Amino acid sequence: MDPLSTLWETFFDWHAMREALPEMLTVGLPNTLILAVSAALLGSVLGMLLAIAGISRTRWLRWPARVYTDVFRGLPAAATILLIGIGLAPLGMRVWGPNPYPLGVLALSLIAAAYIGEIFRSGIQSVEAAQLEGARALGFSWGEAMRLVIVPQGVRRVLPAWVNQLIALIKDSSLVYFLGLVASQRELFRIGQDYAATTGNESALLLAGLFYLVLTVPLTHAVNWIDRRLRQGPAVAGADLDADLVPAIGKDPR
Amino acid sequence: MSTTTATPVSLAVRDVHLAFGAHRVLRGADLTVARGATACVIGPSGSGKSTLLRTVNRLIEPDRGDVLLDGRSVLGDDPDALRQRVGMVFQQFNLFPHMTVLRNITLALRRLKKLPEDEAVRIAREQLDLVGLAAKADARPAQLSGGQQQRVAIARALALRPQVMLFDEATSALDPELVKGVLGVMADLASAGMTMVVVTHEMGFAREVADTVAFMDHGVVLEAGEPAAVFEAPEHPRLRRFLSQVL
Repeated sequence: MDPLSTLWETFFDWHAMREALPEMLTVGLPNTLILAVSAALLGSVLGMLLAIAGISRTRWLRWPARVYTDVFRGLPAAATILLIGIGLAPLGMRVWGPNPYPLGVLALSLIAAAYIGEIFRSGIQSVEAAQLEGARALGFSWGEAMRLVIVPQGVRRVLPAWVNQLIALIKDSSLVYFLGLVASQRELFRIGQDYAATTGNESALLLAGLFYLVLTVPLTHAVNWIDRRLRQGPAVAGADLDADLVPAIGKDPR
Repeated sequence: MSTTTATPVSLAVRDVHLAFGAHRVLRGADLTVARGATACVIGPSGSGKSTLLRTVNRLIEPDRGDVLLDGRSVLGDDPDALRQRVGMVFQQFNLFPHMTVLRNITLALRRLKKLPEDEAVRIAREQLDLVGLAAKADARPAQLSGGQQQRVAIARALALRPQVMLFDEATSALDPELVKGVLGVMADLASAGMTMVVVTHEMGFAREVADTVAFMDHGVVLEAGEPAAVFEAPEHPRLRRFLSQVL
């Protein structure tokens, strides 16, 4: 017997995949995107606040940021999602009604913020102190100098690490199924799971996995491309090098 | 360059003291620069030249002493407003690498002077033209030579129409063949009547351009005077020793 037959039959049943595909596309994919994109936005904003607090000269900002980061980075994501999603459910009920998405997004954002905060902080701290001095010497306040000069440079330096975190977030979005989802709220993974449970064949789960790859792989390549461009500048501008730089790159002097 | 000099002011630094912990960097430094004059500050490394310069625009706050523009103390002013009146150029240029040359210059015009975009761009192009880099407006700083970057940094500071310009070893990081162009721009600015304080190791520039040369050592200005007097008839033994080492 083919030792891999279980693998083929259980995970690569095209028929089972085709059956799950329409619901994956119309329900699962939009829901995963809603969860991941809103948590990415909120998590990045919170992460930036944490990063700024983390480099603050005020102990009362630095310390809470430190503790927050340690806690939310240290807890398993599933534990945080349950803690927020179930612990705050009565509160959520009052504000948003029975929809588990707001608390799910909140929990995902809080987790992502802990990591993204550290990523942004390391980027911001890598910007040379001379840049701050240069901006202050022009008359910018500390806040303006940070916002216009330091943070944009710091964030650019850590774009790949930031996207890594967004990829983790896309995958972690599947964990909101802990909170109990009605049919129309199911995201990719949950739909795959439901098909697997009713058919006894895991192929729909593999299909869900393929959807995650379709989301994450292009994201990685896009950010690498952007990163390269930011480091080198647009290709056309490179043609405008000055005569005294030309020998260094071995081109024919004009 | 006449368009760049707003109304130059006189500058006086009076008995400025500063310590970083136990390390006393400035120990009662004095410097006087007449309206529209250029003072070159020379002296060995670690003598406090760059620190003194930074107390003028209050990038560093002195512990004691006073800084006066046109006879009025600036220590009570809003430091951000003061720095728009006092331009500064650094050894490492400190251009913003994520912006084009033009953007580097328009940033403060738009955000601080609240000028409309087209007005900011017009001023920036005018300043770039004055330092001979009109063609580089859309380049990134990293695409320019060190000398060109420093000229952009000068244009960036001048665009705010400062009343005083500070130069902190503006040519020390440059390859020798690029020094001349930057010193030329600085000399033009001096002859146009800008009040300038120039911390420099370029003794030729100090001798030719400066109205006053101040020699600093161990946190004080030991000797100051006209270039001819300082270079040809130095009084203090430490100045004589310094000159014998650098000339």
